[in-house]
Amino acid sequence: MAKDEFKEFKLVGTRPDRPDGLDKVTGRARYGADISAPGMLWGAVVRSPHAHARIVKIDASKALAMDGVKAVVTRADFPTGLTGDAWNLQENTMAGERALYDGHAVAAVAAISKTLAEDAARLVEVEYEILPHVTDVDEAMAEGAPVIREGAADATVPEGMHPNVVKYMEFGRGDIEAGFAEADLVKEHTFKTEAAHQGYIEPHACLGQLGEDGKGEMWVCTQGQWYIRKMCADVLGLDGAQLRVTPSEIGGGFGGKTTIFMEPLPLALSKKTGGRPVKIVMSRSEVLRATGPTASASMDVKIGMKKDGTITAGRAEFRMQGGAFPGAPVDMALYCAFAGYNVPNLEHVGYDVLANRPKCAAYRAPGSPMAAFAVESLVDELCRELGLDPLEVRMKNAVKSGDQASYGPKFGSIGLVETLEATVAHPNLQAELGPNQGRGVAVGYWFNHSGETSVSMAISEDGTAQVSVGTPDIGGSRASIALMTAETLGIPYEDVRVNVVETGALGVNEPTHGSRATFASGKAAVEAARQAIGEMCRRAAKEWGIEPEAVEWVDGAAQPAGPNAGEFPPMTIAEIAGKMGSTGGPISGHHESVPEGVGASFGAHVVDVEVDPETGRTTILRYLVVQDAGRAIHPAYVEGQYQGGAAQGIGWALNEEYIYDDQGRLQNPVFLDYRVPVASDLPMIDTVIVEVPNPGHPYGVRGVGETGITPPLPAIANAIQDAVGVRVRQLPISPPRLLAALKAKG
Amino acid sequence: MQYHTPASFEEAAALAAGAKGTTRFLAGGTDVLVQLRAGMVIPDDLIDLKRIPGVSDITRTDDGGWRIGVAVSGAQLGAHAELVADWPGVVEGMELVGSTQVQGRATLTGNLCNGSPAADSVPGLVAACASVEITGPDSSRTVAVQDVPQGPGKTCLKPGEVISALILPPRGKNAGDAYLRFIPRTEMDIAVVGCAVSLRLDGDTIKEARVSLGAVAPTVLLVDAASEAITGTTLDDAALDALAAAASAACNPIDDKRGTVAFRTEVAGVLAKRAAKIAYTRAKGA
Repeated sequence: MAKDEFKEFKLVGTRPDRPDGLDKVTGRARYGADISAPGMLWGAVVRSPHAHARIVKIDASKALAMDGVKAVVTRADFPTGLTGDAWNLQENTMAGERALYDGHAVAAVAAISKTLAEDAARLVEVEYEILPHVTDVDEAMAEGAPVIREGAADATVPEGMHPNVVKYMEFGRGDIEAGFAEADLVKEHTFKTEAAHQGYIEPHACLGQLGEDGKGEMWVCTQGQWYIRKMCADVLGLDGAQLRVTPSEIGGGFGGKTTIFMEPLPLALSKKTGGRPVKIVMSRSEVLRATGPTASASMDVKIGMKKDGTITAGRAEFRMQGGAFPGAPVDMALYCAFAGYNVPNLEHVGYDVLANRPKCAAYRAPGSPMAAFAVESLVDELCRELGLDPLEVRMKNAVKSGDQASYGPKFGSIGLVETLEATVAHPNLQAELGPNQGRGVAVGYWFNHSGETSVSMAISEDGTAQVSVGTPDIGGSRASIALMTAETLGIPYEDVRVNVVETGALGVNEPTHGSRATFASGKAAVEAARQAIGEMCRRAAKEWGIEPEAVEWVDGAAQPAGPNAGEFPPMTIAEIAGKMGSTGGPISGHHESVPEGVGASFGAHVVDVEVDPETGRTTILRYLVVQDAGRAIHPAYVEGQYQGGAAQGIGWALNEEYIYDDQGRLQNPVFLDYRVPVASDLPMIDTVIVEVPNPGHPYGVRGVGETGITPPLPAIANAIQDAVGVRVRQLPISPPRLLAALKAKG
Repeated sequence: MQYHTPASFEEAAALAAGAKGTTRFLAGGTDVLVQLRAGMVIPDDLIDLKRIPGVSDITRTDDGGWRIGVAVSGAQLGAHAELVADWPGVVEGMELVGSTQVQGRATLTGNLCNGSPAADSVPGLVAACASVEITGPDSSRTVAVQDVPQGPGKTCLKPGEVISALILPPRGKNAGDAYLRFIPRTEMDIAVVGCAVSLRLDGDTIKEARVSLGAVAPTVLLVDAASEAITGTTLDDAALDALAAAASAACNPIDDKRGTVAFRTEVAGVLAKRAAKIAYTRAKGA
């Protein structure tokens, strides 16, 4: 099962140095905030201190009177008449009639220094009329809740629901009542999760320049330069191709940088100053108050199980708020809820609800961790009550290749069974547990994704290769794409350089999201390399005077395909490249498509915890991630993805939460009080890479980035129940919450 | 902003007394500079004390106690073997402040003057019966550490007054102290509850004790009832329960992003018991 057993590859499955490593450890890597330009101004944003307020008046005269202040923009400077998602993006970029959450931008200032811009922003006077607000999802859809925006609901919402419900969905299969009747035990509970932020180390940063002629440039920290180009063009009324977007090195994204927050503001300010470049770098507090965390959720789940562990029916009703705009990932959550189980009778109901919170963004397997928390917690409760082994129950009900997924389509090749087998076999399952220690298991799922992809590859004069990709490298994709390209061309890994390029260099690429970069850009890079190989074989054939079909490519060189083709020594890539100027010109390859053959990924986690019964504090003693990678191109990066997903899930489970006061103001917009785990909070996270190759990818890749954040939430809740006998159905399971539960239990 | 580097505390006090706007004294700067950069407190006069002779020294006093300069960092305290042997609880409280980098700058006096009820080094100082020397524009005075904090962000210092040294009493024999705090993580956090215990034994019996709690009231508390609960005992279970009850009873906390009233009240008792046990063990071993 280990990658070392795949002997057919020379490079795929090895662990070379990362191409971005030296730049990152020496500080040379250029992140968003590192980019500057001659004549540059600094921008600062004026933000609402209120959760919900009508903007009565904005008076920027004092700010504009300051020496060195060059421009102020408000919503009045943006085009009107937008609809749909473009309007939502514009409204979130800059509030119109009302501020919709604590931290919502209401104005922006450009000045000759950062300090001056910040001072000027403080002098912009905004008169507010405070309106009633709501931040909790259940309260937001209850009768009498303040309406965030009339008419925001789409056609899916039935008559009579609160206007804050903007999307409704239901789907299922079988006969749910008959399924519950068949069960020996039926349990139903409500589960809640709080919003969690992606917590990337690098705050959003953007340098923008926009002239009167509508031509603009952006140097920006983003996961998707084309996506944000379109979004900024929509918000500002520009032509997409006139905006050139160059992505910087990126210090984490996790989905939160696939969209825009303040990014149009440097452009808007630049235009108002006659085209001077303007830079905005968000503070951590701005990141937490005004960029997308994930949704908060309130979920009812009902499951029926037979005494032998067979799940007969399941019902999930999820309510999620994703801030003051549509877009909570309730659909994805429902699709993932029962994805690991072969259950004949299912019902899913979902509500996307508006509340006075920042606009949510994607966060690593959007929706799936919440769904797993509810479903995998309840499955654990059923197992406990029926005296069944939780891993055996998951194995008994596990979906297999060809099964119809809970959300409709038939699964292609999947590796849940192999993942569970590897989990059961791991030594961590045999570790002894002491007093107040417990073990929890859970399974998680992510679809993975392909998406629009455009890649170009060019051979240099010396036979080395450069690959231009449009997917920013957030998890090691440059290394893995270099490995696959080198493997395909038959040249050393070090001879390939992969560059993440600007929007002018390629066709449209979707962002690096959905665990797609190594799958989709990797597959396209292999196709591009094959195209170049075809051309190199033609060049050799021409020189040898034989048919191109009689030439094959082996170990980085063209050679006659057999004795009948002729007797010629192999012609290496360096030889072919060295004379390409006189044999037909540059040799390159490119590939544009929405690559088919996405492979889904299942994972199983096992966590051992110890609870201090006197303080409610939970310590992670041992943590195991087992996940199907399809094939690990660069195993160290795959392990890093597994560990990173687990670390973020542990934070979400134990301490991370958005805390609002009764005025709807975020109380913890700093890392001191928004408590992501620190290094000393975590043990070394053990990993097992299961490899059930994806037949839809030339090297078997599935995509590994997202599944890993899904199981930790329920696995930890299950382990805590195992340790101290209390079931906590609301996250985070922080010490005050767990101590209160322990006291209530007595 | 005016930046000053006085050569003596008398000069520092005179500068502060003559200043009109917002004044801040600068030693380690781990609060002052952070607040400045966050735009929370932008001083008109910033008076740097680090050029004053002796501010970075730890010296034994004539009576066997310790005099700690106002610019002595947490890292310096931790590296001072004799001081650690005398007052391990005081030092471990200070060492919990911030990260390794912050430890290179942060000071006991600064932690005290920041006025936070959650300051990690203050309960240990209160339990230790520490005091501060205060230099004013006209005169000097000595004040017990427990009387310095007057509320969140507030101290007993009058305009123009500056702390010029921190004094720890002689430790004496058969004594030990300890500090524990509760945080949800393992480091890089602010105390949800803190507790320091300092005690002296006569054989197995506690002859005298001081118990101090942090983050459970507007100021760090010296809890006499908790001290009395264990004085005269061998720290048996009944004494520990009485200690916990007294500690919890003294709490007057708030609900906030870091913890609830119920949680802080309960955990204050838990930490008091645990800290007392450590202090007792240290006293036995001394």
